[in-house]
Amino acid sequence: MIEIEVKNLNFYYAGGNRVLKNISMPIYKNKITALIGPSGCGKTTFLRCFNRMHDLYPGNRYEGEIIFQGKNILDRSIDLIELRTKIGMVFQKPTPFPMSIFDNIAYGLRLRGIKNKKELAGRVEKALKEAALWDEVKDKLHESALGLSGGQQQRLCIARAIAVEPEVLLFDEPTSALDPISTAKIEDLIVQLKSKVTIVIVTHNMQQAARISDYTAFMYLGELVEFGPTEKIFTNPDKKLTEDYITGRFG
Amino acid sequence: MKGIGRRKLKSNLAFFVCFLMALWGLFWLCFILFDVLRHGITALNPALFLNDPAPPGFPGGGLRHAIVGHFLITIFATLIGVPIGILGGTYLAEYGRRSKVARFISALADIMISIPAIIVGAFIYAIMVKPMGHFSGWAGAVSLAIIMIPIVVRTTENMLTLIPWTLREAAFALGAPYHKVILQIVYRGASTGILTGIILAVARVTGEAAPLLFTSFNSAYFSLDMSNPMASLTITIFQYAMGPYDDWHTQAWGASLIITVFILILTLAGKFVISRRFKH
Amino acid sequence: MRSARGNIANFFFLCLTAISAFLVIAIALGIFLVLFKESYPAIEKFGVIKFLLSSKWDPVKGVFGAAPSLVGTLITSFLAILIAIPVALGIAIFITEIAPENLKGIISIAVELLAAIPSIIYGMWGLFTLAPIMAKYIEPALKKLFSPIPVIGLLFQGTPLGIDLLTASVILSIMIVPFTASVARDAFNLTPSVLKESAYAIGATRWEVVKDVVFPYCKLGIMGGVGLSLGRALGETMAVAFVLGNINRFPHSLFDATTTVTVKLANEFTEADTDLHLASLFYLALFLFVMSFVILALAKIFILRAKER
Repeated sequence: MIEIEVKNLNFYYAGGNRVLKNISMPIYKNKITALIGPSGCGKTTFLRCFNRMHDLYPGNRYEGEIIFQGKNILDRSIDLIELRTKIGMVFQKPTPFPMSIFDNIAYGLRLRGIKNKKELAGRVEKALKEAALWDEVKDKLHESALGLSGGQQQRLCIARAIAVEPEVLLFDEPTSALDPISTAKIEDLIVQLKSKVTIVIVTHNMQQAARISDYTAFMYLGELVEFGPTEKIFTNPDKKLTEDYITGRFG
Repeated sequence: MKGIGRRKLKSNLAFFVCFLMALWGLFWLCFILFDVLRHGITALNPALFLNDPAPPGFPGGGLRHAIVGHFLITIFATLIGVPIGILGGTYLAEYGRRSKVARFISALADIMISIPAIIVGAFIYAIMVKPMGHFSGWAGAVSLAIIMIPIVVRTTENMLTLIPWTLREAAFALGAPYHKVILQIVYRGASTGILTGIILAVARVTGEAAPLLFTSFNSAYFSLDMSNPMASLTITIFQYAMGPYDDWHTQAWGASLIITVFILILTLAGKFVISRRFKH
Repeated sequence: MRSARGNIANFFFLCLTAISAFLVIAIALGIFLVLFKESYPAIEKFGVIKFLLSSKWDPVKGVFGAAPSLVGTLITSFLAILIAIPVALGIAIFITEIAPENLKGIISIAVELLAAIPSIIYGMWGLFTLAPIMAKYIEPALKKLFSPIPVIGLLFQGTPLGIDLLTASVILSIMIVPFTASVARDAFNLTPSVLKESAYAIGATRWEVVKDVVFPYCKLGIMGGVGLSLGRALGETMAVAFVLGNINRFPHSLFDATTTVTVKLANEFTEADTDLHLASLFYLALFLFVMSFVILALAKIFILRAKER
């Protein structure tokens, strides 16, 4: 089942630089879609279109459509705050807020008007358990989140994102700043999460894409070169360019 | 999702308040500048610049003595304070860079920039005016110089650290000794930045009154002799504004206009120089 | 031979720069020692505690106490800070978060010009323009508004003359706003944009991002900025000298004239005719120096910590 349908997406940064060119592809529900390609190919720019992150900076411009729940989310009338509660995001570097572990996760819930202490505590615990962080932090929930290790901080950010129960979760190279052990934990976590949410992940690490994703999109110079089931892309790509990249002939 | 509307409203409201605050700040600036201009302009005439004060109550007096005195004090303060400041900043950024003592001096200079100016006046009173037995233009110049030094030290340090280290290495590689590298390469690269620092430091001390109160004091006579008490525009403003004569008040506004215009021009010039430097 | 001469020249230049740099320490230390030495007769006569707590200031009888002027200094400075903080933070938020690019430049420059106007201009403008406005319109209105309220009403007793605590604090606040605003702006700009983005990404509004992420993140920097401004306000002379009177008594309401350390120094220093009077003034100056030095140093530490992160 298709969760999001991207149709002829073009994106221009302020100043008119066209970074995404006519991208069309589906994002399947409860699957992991990986965006791969050499750096500068536009994969992060593409990811940031899904929650309209580019709107934070003046002058950026979209063309085309991204259909989600029957609406074009690039439309001006879309409420960005509502959109971002449905489509969450985890960033390249861990970004814990300058508050306690508990408050980091409760923050998004409180924004949604959940004030009941019991309900908050329950949902914080649930999110931390889902992010496989509960056992490590349950005794220091009210200490600053800045005291956690890098890998823990990133899992905290994932917990923060899933606490508000989004439909889609965007990951922007979530493990590039982490050591191999933390990376493995996060990868396991992402795979487990797909039963609940649809996942789009940008990664520069092809092994990672091959390990965890169901579908892969290969991008080059702002264009979508090839999209398909991960197995096919990695074993039998249609395009020569894809094959060259997969086999490490450039990148 | 009913709460979103209210949250957005709150957000917009909060930012609207911030906008009002910014307007509020602008309002005061315009109010003060407008007032100084409005009153000051009525005082502007050739006599203001060419004449010395008339006896209280008599018309036609001017501020020549204070303008010249102020100019002399500021010039000598600059001549004393700027070289010391530049050399000190050079030590912090070059010979002493990253050493503990340099970092300490740098932080101390930052603190000294904001130390009450009137304290400096009291200090100079004790070490210069008292031993000499009388107030003098020199004492005024030294106290302004003391205020300038930490400012110039800090800007020089900042500007020199912006010069990439590789540039110095390139000069070392040609066999130049360190002092020549600094004098011939580093200073040249940082010159506009340092110039800006000097301009802003001069702008800052030009408006100082408190440190002159007990040092150069005041005088009703024209004088070029720095070893005597000397009039300055700022002290004259203080004296005239607090005085009983309307004529004095008008001249105080005139003096304020002269000082304000001079300082605003210096400040804008400083901004302009630095913005051009960093555009390239 | 040539390199030996080069070495000597280099060493000479090194010494020159080092002496200049150490002059900063010498000045700071010198100010402290000289003020201490000059105030020694007063220290010997009155001690520390007695001088601090005594409210008498009588040059004829030779009795001097610092309490009223220190209290005046603290009250005017804190009031000024209280008025200035919301305005300054508002301006800083406006510049960093909302203003479009072109307006940003204009407001930034305006704020910096406001900071460049010398304090004597603020003082004179306060005397001739603001004080009459305060006396005629603002203070009577405040009096009407607040005096029926118990406790708070006490602050607004007396005849509003314009030459008082409130006017002085307002002028002082206008003076320190640009300063506080520029430090706060620098602090806000230190917030990593990815941190702000991640708050936006879970659906926070712009204000919620500022309130819950930017503010907590910049706490140290803002506190440093407030400290710097407080240090400035404590030592400000000319802006308050015009509108505070120089009356050695504790203020009972916001409409009372009083004095500050700086105003006392400015008015009495050159007229002190006994050694003890002068020594007492130096003693006041010493207190002011130590007080503002400590506050500025703390502020500096906060700002350095904020930058290190």
